[in-house]
Amino acid sequence: MSWAAGWRKYGRVLVIGIQNTLVYRANFLFRASISLVPLLGTLQVWRTIFAGKPDGGTIAGYTLSGMISYYLIVNVVDALTAVTDDDWEIAADIRDGKISQFLLRPIDYLTYRLCLYLSGRAIYTSVALIPVTLFTLYLRHDFVWPNHPITLLLFPLSVLMGGLLQFFIAYLMALLAFWFLDVSTLIFIQFAFEYIASGHLFPLDLLPAGLQTIIFLTPYPYLSYFPAKVYLEEDSGPLAYGFAVQAAWLLIGYFAARWAWSRGLRRYTAAGG
Amino acid sequence: MDMSTLQRYAAIYGALWRNSVTREMQFKTNFLLWIVVELLWFALQLAFMQVLYGQTESIGGWNRWQVFLLVGVSNFIQQLFTAIFLTNVNELSEHVRTGKLDFMLLLPVNTRFLISFRKVDLGSFINAALAAVVILYAGLRLDLHPSLLQFLGFIVVCIAGISVHYSIMFLLATIAFSTVRAQGILTGYYNLFNIARLPDGAFQRGTFKAVFTFVVPMLLVANVPAKTLLGFPSMPSQIGLLMLMSLVCFSASEWFWRWSLRRYTSASS
Repeated sequence: MSWAAGWRKYGRVLVIGIQNTLVYRANFLFRASISLVPLLGTLQVWRTIFAGKPDGGTIAGYTLSGMISYYLIVNVVDALTAVTDDDWEIAADIRDGKISQFLLRPIDYLTYRLCLYLSGRAIYTSVALIPVTLFTLYLRHDFVWPNHPITLLLFPLSVLMGGLLQFFIAYLMALLAFWFLDVSTLIFIQFAFEYIASGHLFPLDLLPAGLQTIIFLTPYPYLSYFPAKVYLEEDSGPLAYGFAVQAAWLLIGYFAARWAWSRGLRRYTAAGG
Repeated sequence: MDMSTLQRYAAIYGALWRNSVTREMQFKTNFLLWIVVELLWFALQLAFMQVLYGQTESIGGWNRWQVFLLVGVSNFIQQLFTAIFLTNVNELSEHVRTGKLDFMLLLPVNTRFLISFRKVDLGSFINAALAAVVILYAGLRLDLHPSLLQFLGFIVVCIAGISVHYSIMFLLATIAFSTVRAQGILTGYYNLFNIARLPDGAFQRGTFKAVFTFVVPMLLVANVPAKTLLGFPSMPSQIGLLMLMSLVCFSASEWFWRWSLRRYTSASS
């Protein structure tokens, strides 16, 4: 198959994905808006804590503006990369035997799913842009903008890689459906770890050093925490290292996804007779 | 409502309970895993507070163990709400879509009662008990000795808090009469539970505090019961406010429910 044919084929999947997700845009708008409300509460609690510090005081190197910007950026990254229903759909495809049709056609399920994920994210982000922009405008006095132009290049790169990594994690979790009847609890348990270890709840540098070391052995910090750090312009030393580790996890994720799929398929065909 | 009606409804609820137990015990592993999931999220909330108190001694007049108690109370109330009502309220749109509601409207039982109490989520009772353990432990660390009156007051305001969650959620689910996609709205409300476990002292006067006190009383549902146990001053007025708000929320949901029923023309016609 030529490259051009491949592009055309998966381009179509992308378009169909966009058309299907467009139906949910009102739902997305609501989801994106309401998820910002509790954040307002969390930020207020941080303000209260900073108010008790001497003027210009910092917490683990964060000024109040730095902290608020951290949370905002993590939420932007979340809107750009979080899986919506991809994992549930993949698991359902496997459980209900819908993947059989993909085995018969010249279409690669991983690429197909990646296209759907990307189109879903494109729509979600374009819708979520409205509440997130309003929210950022509301907090504009505490929002820090990057100093170096290179950040405008590096931040999107880290988000893109974080998004792909997020997709592979969701994909791998969903493939557990080859082995378990109900994967929803497993997905939720994984998500709880992801929620804390990706830096969603609070910046990871607030944790004790020992715990940080353990968390940085997992891929999770490279989903949100690392892109946020890129945006906030850390020293270039750890930044280059961070990109290298993120890329390494991406490769591991890709090969793990391929491997798990072929293993799972062996079980699947066996079960189907 | 006289005694025999009350007895009849208690008997119906007993039968619904037995059904739920039978249903849940068919999937034991899943049942246990869901408890683990909820427990993890509870631990996550506590970890968040622990991290915050690594940076400060007090947030808006609340110390570490007081806030742990608050998180415990908030989870206690949320889990009891989940145990008794969540599945049922969630299924309302499904009843409308499948036409099952028509059948329920014909039964000689109050329809709202039947919808609200159909199923019981047993795992959430266990999680509520675990939340109670956290409340107890925090209470011990704080060397609390609540009086009997305080304790009774705590139970009453907990019920008021659960009733607030239930009324608002039911009201939102009633929207399912006009649009079948009410699911997203219900999930959205669940998002707001995150506000309930924040100490109210961190919020000064402002739109946020006003909205989440007088419109969607998230800042009251767990804060008032926790403060009742902790014996914060100025409690009587706060207790009164929560009771009032739970009454307002319930009346609003009942009014909207009746209004929607009048306009309801069944799924098939």
